[in-house]
Amino acid sequence: MNLSGWGRFPQVDSRVLRPRTPEAVADALAGGRAIPRGNGRAYGDAAVSHGVTLDLRGLDRMLAFDPATGQLVAEAGVLLSDIIDAFLPRGWFPLVTPGTRFVTLGGMIAADVHGKNHHRAGSMAESVDWVEVMVAPGQVRRAARDENPELFEMTCGGMGLTGPILRAAIRLQRVDSGWIRQDSIAAPDLDAALAAFEARMAATYSVAWIDCLASGRSLGRSIVMTGEHARLAELDNRRRLRPFAIPAKRRLSVPFDLPGLALNRWTVGAFNAAYWRQGRRGAGPRLVDWQSYFYPLDAIDGWNRIYGRRGFAQWQVALPLDRAAVGLRALLAEIAAAGQGSFLAVLKRFGPGRGGLSFPVEGYTLALDFPATPAALALMDRLDALALAQGGRFYLAKDARMTAATFARAEPRLPGFQRFRSAAGLDLRFASAQSERLNL
Amino acid sequence: MTQDLAKSPVLILGGRSDIGLACARAFAAAGHPLQLAARNAATLEPAAQDLRLRGGGAVSLHEFDVLDIAGHAAFLDALPEPPGIVLCAVGAMGDQEASERDPQAAALVMRANFEGPALILGEIANRMEAAGRGVIVGISSVAGDRGRATNYVYGAGKAGFTAFLSGLRNRLARTGVQVVTVKPGFVATRMTEGMDTPAPLTAQPEEVARAILRAIRTGGTVVYVRPVWRLVMTAIRAIPEPLFKRMKL
Repeated sequence: MNLSGWGRFPQVDSRVLRPRTPEAVADALAGGRAIPRGNGRAYGDAAVSHGVTLDLRGLDRMLAFDPATGQLVAEAGVLLSDIIDAFLPRGWFPLVTPGTRFVTLGGMIAADVHGKNHHRAGSMAESVDWVEVMVAPGQVRRAARDENPELFEMTCGGMGLTGPILRAAIRLQRVDSGWIRQDSIAAPDLDAALAAFEARMAATYSVAWIDCLASGRSLGRSIVMTGEHARLAELDNRRRLRPFAIPAKRRLSVPFDLPGLALNRWTVGAFNAAYWRQGRRGAGPRLVDWQSYFYPLDAIDGWNRIYGRRGFAQWQVALPLDRAAVGLRALLAEIAAAGQGSFLAVLKRFGPGRGGLSFPVEGYTLALDFPATPAALALMDRLDALALAQGGRFYLAKDARMTAATFARAEPRLPGFQRFRSAAGLDLRFASAQSERLNL
Repeated sequence: MTQDLAKSPVLILGGRSDIGLACARAFAAAGHPLQLAARNAATLEPAAQDLRLRGGGAVSLHEFDVLDIAGHAAFLDALPEPPGIVLCAVGAMGDQEASERDPQAAALVMRANFEGPALILGEIANRMEAAGRGVIVGISSVAGDRGRATNYVYGAGKAGFTAFLSGLRNRLARTGVQVVTVKPGFVATRMTEGMDTPAPLTAQPEEVARAILRAIRTGGTVVYVRPVWRLVMTAIRAIPEPLFKRMKL
């Protein structure tokens, strides 16, 4: 069947199997080169295969929880949303969460996702105690920092290319409530935005929406938002009574593909200008529920359809700290000049990175999305070159179209990953459309 | 909920089925203790542990064979607590061609979809009637709305089950016992894996579970999980038989 990632670009003809037990995973792996897939939220072709795609959502049992340590053991297909639904009412929240909760545990680890707290908490791998990986049909290895450490390192951020993760142990954090104390400031240009991030390194969460169509003196203007889990004492009486109850959300949905013209430089420009004005007006502290704070887009089912039938592509780079300002300025100038802005431009300060192919590096990350049009794809090629010139690194969970040469230049760690795969024979067993395109 | 069954135990017959398990998760999340009944119930322990973690409440496992009709009463007597809500997700699609050739195979499909489920729910209905409260949910099928060449043995079993539930609902209407008939349409489960079902007509098991909890809350009677199915089946039922018999459906 035709299969794609969340960006619905590219589409790949794949044989999809849905094993529900480790034995069935082993049987499926015997059928040729395969790639595991979670809930399909990677944007590009990381979890689709020209051979077999293993839909692991059927492995979705929670296995154990230790309230003394906050350690949850679960099968890889469990959704983050289910973890939150089950444990937030008991006062636990994931240590690391990406911008959607409709991802699987295995997918989060394979992409080594990061959240708004990366500058302090690190990436997903930091919250993982161990994983169990099926490295060959029927051969399951446990990997942790002190057990098969290299397999652990390569699996966290390894995009499923070390074999399907079957189960994992992760740690949750204690929280007092389901509310976040958010503070926001309007930064009128890029320097102000970066200074705001640097001044807020002690904040638990920080992220910025950036107006990527603003140019000249306003280049890089941003709304920088920080957040802290609200403590009981910080809630009013009504909320303190039921600290984990939040107002029911009306779920919206995009029931069909919008016409390709719905998003153009004028509508996106108008949206960005309005968002900036509203953000500037609404700057300051306020209390936000966890869903609105962490997962605003989850409220809209199928939001990926706003880009129409042709789909869209995300582009996300991480720039090392000492070259971030120069790099971001070059990227933003190019985007603004091309008039190819996106709604969802996000800027974020990263803390120190990890090994393997894990994406984050200490510095700044910029994430954008574009319709999959020839003009936007050409722009992304130019952005690749600008980012490479400043030591940029690219996020595999977002990528759908980079060239192998670009990725190899960005990743001095790639040969090590390739060696690890070939020494263990993993390259013969696991491949995705992305790993073939990028020679991972 | 129309009655005070908010934290009442829920008995799930056919606790191994995808729909049964999705419902179990939804009931667990809503804070209900659970009783899962199936053949080889002990093998459901991982599922039970998962439900305990998700809901934080009690989950017990019970050996149950819907075809062992003589054992129904004893099975119910042995439950730790009489359930306030009972969901029957027992059923078997069978193989239509095998059912056409082999009367034993056909009989098994009929018994697993009609006789067994109807009789256990009948026994439960009597007990709930005596208690003056309770909710019975039967998973039937749109296949029972009109017999088609491709699955009429299964469909006949479900038609019987649908009629039985309808009669039970009618009989118990004044007793405080609610009877819900669920016709899920296509559902993405192990039973339909490999079948090429149209996406707009195919529900996820979690959707079925949500529809069932909503029906219990609002006093529903006959539930088509995706509303479009009510339309589809109304249209299919309206086709005159001389025309219908020539159609390939």
